[in-house]
Amino acid sequence: MKCARAFEWVSPKAWFHRFGCLSLLLSLFLAGCATGPNANPADPFEPMNRSIYKFNDALDQNILKPVATTYRDFTPSLIQRGVTNFFANLEDIWSIVNNVLQLKAEAAAESLMRVSVNTVMGFCGILDIATEMRIERHTEDFGQTLGYWGVGPGPYIVLPVLGPSTLRDTVALAADTKGDAVTHIDDVAVRNTLWGVRAVDYRAGYLKSDTLLDEVALDKYSFIRDGYLQRRHNLIYDGNPPEEDQGDDSSAAPTPEKQ
Amino acid sequence: MNRSSLNRWISGLLGLALTFAMLSAFAADEAADAMIQRLSTDVLDSIKKDNAIKTGDLSRVIALVDSKIMPNVNFQRMTAASVGPSWRQATPEQQKRLQEEYKILLVRTYAGALAQVSDQVVVVKPLRASPEDKELLVRTEVRGRGDPIQLDYRLEKTPDQGAGWKIYNLNILGVWLVETYRTQFAQEINAKGIDGLIITLTERNKANAKKG
Repeated sequence: MKCARAFEWVSPKAWFHRFGCLSLLLSLFLAGCATGPNANPADPFEPMNRSIYKFNDALDQNILKPVATTYRDFTPSLIQRGVTNFFANLEDIWSIVNNVLQLKAEAAAESLMRVSVNTVMGFCGILDIATEMRIERHTEDFGQTLGYWGVGPGPYIVLPVLGPSTLRDTVALAADTKGDAVTHIDDVAVRNTLWGVRAVDYRAGYLKSDTLLDEVALDKYSFIRDGYLQRRHNLIYDGNPPEEDQGDDSSAAPTPEKQ
Repeated sequence: MNRSSLNRWISGLLGLALTFAMLSAFAADEAADAMIQRLSTDVLDSIKKDNAIKTGDLSRVIALVDSKIMPNVNFQRMTAASVGPSWRQATPEQQKRLQEEYKILLVRTYAGALAQVSDQVVVVKPLRASPEDKELLVRTEVRGRGDPIQLDYRLEKTPDQGAGWKIYNLNILGVWLVETYRTQFAQEINAKGIDGLIITLTERNKANAKKG
């Protein structure tokens, strides 16, 4: 019954209600739960998460990071910029939808304008003309939309290959994948190439912060976790979370129930 | 008393009054957002002028931090909050060592970030505060190439000290420094105690310094 303890703060009933069998399945395949006085209530699956983190880290060190480093060092920076812009433009399309879902009219309109301008004048998004025109970017994904409507983050989850997430963001991933333009490309080779290039481009963007992380974090796993949770909380409130609960997402989560 | 000497006396008095007025305006505490704007611009300008900092010369960065930033930071409060409840059990000597090592760790991070400064400007967002506030949040945005970077500060009122405000926490992209380090430090303290944390920090700083 140790697992039940870790679940208490997010209220099992509320979670089962929200996510039905998914959280049941998750709790079933859990090998172990974090317990003891030092267990982080936001991270009840810490032992499992840590082993997935280790796996991801090894994968990164051996494959993704070397590839991204080569890409950064041997590709003209103009091309790199173009690639980043191209994928950012695709991301902006999904942001339009999520801004609408969050009833953010101005942000939705600006995102729509960005996509139109960049797709037409910026050669399918390779040039970021919209930023030059000072049309602001409002990146929103479906996890943020759920958060906006009051769905709490739930437990922290490290996904294999994909990395840091929460239960909410993992559920939202299904919608995000549907909303990703690359998913809808029928040609398998083209689609996979685009996924690959995007992964490398994304990783290349984090090469510098990587070194920094090695220097400043005493424990990289918890540093990334705390950073991720705070960052997501901040994004849901568009950079302006309520004063009282800076840094943790507990206000958005259901209140603990006494048993 | 003849007329010209009276005139001189009056203009002298006027000058004195003006000097006093200026002095007292100078001594009055600055608004928190004005202070952050001045500080940010000052630091950015110093970096843009200084090639040694851009190439990552740590001693120059430390000099910059010590002269411009540290007088405006309550670093003891920052360290105490990061260490958490164990801070009160630490001896004054341990507290001093913790502050020293923590500062080196952070300045190093800062040096890395500063080395990447090129054409950025800092924009301070409108302040939502009342004059009675003893603590407040100043939100800024670093604008340069790419998406703007959110950089917020928490300040406490320190009447008659420095510019009248001191920073005690900051966040980058929504991630608060103190809250993030609280977990990092707590893990070390739980496993090895306060001395253990000091040793870990010292070793980390030495390892970082070796990387150049």
